[in-house]
Amino acid sequence: MTAAWTIDAVRGSLAAKKVSAQELAADFYKRIGERNSELNAYLTLSEERAYRQAARMDALVAAGKPLPSLAGVPIAIKDVISTRGVRTTCGSKILENYVPPYDATAVERLEAAGAVILGKTNCDEFAMGSSNENSAYGAVRNPEATDRVPGGSSGGSAAAVAAGLAVASLGTDTGGSIRQPGSFCGIPAMMGSYGRVSRYGLIAFASSLDRIGPFATNTRDVAAILGVIAGRDSNDSTSTTAPVPDYRAAMEKPVKGLVVGIPKEYFAEGMDDGVRKKIEAGIELLKKLGCELREIQMAHTDYAIATYYIIATAEASSNLARYDGVRYGLRVEDDSLLAMYRKTRGAGFGAEVKRRIVLGTYVLSAGYYNAYYLKGQKVRALIAQDFRDAFRKVDVLVTPTSPVPPFRLGERTNDPLQMYLADIYTVTGSLAGVPGISVPCGKICGKLPVGLQIFGPAFGEATVLQLAHAFEQAGGGSL
Amino acid sequence: MERVAELAYLDLSEAELEMYRAQIDEILEYIGKLNELDTASVEPMAQVLADDQTADATLREDVVVPCGVAAEILEQAPDPEPPYFRVPKVIER
Repeated sequence: MTAAWTIDAVRGSLAAKKVSAQELAADFYKRIGERNSELNAYLTLSEERAYRQAARMDALVAAGKPLPSLAGVPIAIKDVISTRGVRTTCGSKILENYVPPYDATAVERLEAAGAVILGKTNCDEFAMGSSNENSAYGAVRNPEATDRVPGGSSGGSAAAVAAGLAVASLGTDTGGSIRQPGSFCGIPAMMGSYGRVSRYGLIAFASSLDRIGPFATNTRDVAAILGVIAGRDSNDSTSTTAPVPDYRAAMEKPVKGLVVGIPKEYFAEGMDDGVRKKIEAGIELLKKLGCELREIQMAHTDYAIATYYIIATAEASSNLARYDGVRYGLRVEDDSLLAMYRKTRGAGFGAEVKRRIVLGTYVLSAGYYNAYYLKGQKVRALIAQDFRDAFRKVDVLVTPTSPVPPFRLGERTNDPLQMYLADIYTVTGSLAGVPGISVPCGKICGKLPVGLQIFGPAFGEATVLQLAHAFEQAGGGSL
Repeated sequence: MERVAELAYLDLSEAELEMYRAQIDEILEYIGKLNELDTASVEPMAQVLADDQTADATLREDVVVPCGVAAEILEQAPDPEPPYFRVPKVIER
């Protein structure tokens, strides 16, 4: 990892006048100019907006005024999150020239805290994918191993931070789209509980699952970003009024005595041996830190992928009905309205998005609703119950983030089901609504990053961060 | 498959139909494993928030606030005729 800047380093350097926010932004744009043609992490740069914000921060420094918590921190935003005046494509041809008329609440809060928004990052089309190869604007390369995928769907956000092209970034997670690319690119990446961060301005994929969360180079920065974007927003009725604790303070608490559950279903066959060895070493390290390990059962784990691909595709088929060539985005003209809809959608959506719309439409259609969609909702309840039962016995759960290390570009694109199975350890927590983080847990052969996943109970972000921080401080990243 | 594509207002080529037919069959077969579970007495879960966190408990006051983004929104439309979105003919006379 080449990234040298942390949030504290940026604020400290600004306050000490070692660097200005504008110089820092220029430095990051220079790095992006050097690396982005290879990595393809950024789709759009928002230089004008970034320099305007940086100038505001420099003015605060010049006036000797107090600096907000993310003053001058260069941040990248996944291209499914709306940015006023800055093109937002969702990685899709259907929104190629779309410029949102408003900011997502998460973006607004980052800027209010002083952050400098550098630009928009590449992702799988409408966040549907596990490798970033479903972007209409080309694949992203993994900065740790450029013949490999960065993970997905937030591949650009993960790659940008891992390559030092942003200090932090926002991604979105519906079935693993933050945690898995974090794991693949060797950086911490977190989704808070469902309801923790407002989704106002997030272009919807599956509304009962979608969440916004941060990538950074270290867990303290993850905590800082989460603290800024979390909390009730009257524009999103699913954002809760649960108070937002001081995550940075809470995460410093010692982890001795913390009860860590190891669900045996997450260590079944199908896991890469290299991943298994690293995760086992990670669990040994937790023991050394004084955690009490307890093997537990989560009986419905094996049904999570099937459940997820019913619920996520059903919701997607409904959410993506809005792309009809009328109000925004692409239109393919035809004499009749219905033919215009069909042609626009047929031409504007890529292969994976169409596949999911077809599947989602099917599971919701008359005659199949009970057999698929209703069944999926019922099994979802069982999976959520597994988590509630587990958190009566343990404080957190520890699992691998992904069964495999980053795979080669093109290796899995022809087999959608195999690609879906890459999310096997992450979709469970998505369905249950609990918070989860992926933290670096060494590299296979010193090259391919492995991520350790920590789940906590709903609104238990502080405990998740506490363990992630202790693990990182104890050298978990270089196992 | 044609019927589903029609329901979804999605133009699919013959090649696409054929590819999706095979892939969706495989995925549905995989999904079929859910039938191993007896869920007769399980309540379906539509969303995960607890009772005290549901939308009903947190709805905001229904008040009119200035918005004024109509012009900007219409700028994004493929065929605007302010203050309207224009679409191809819907009703045949």
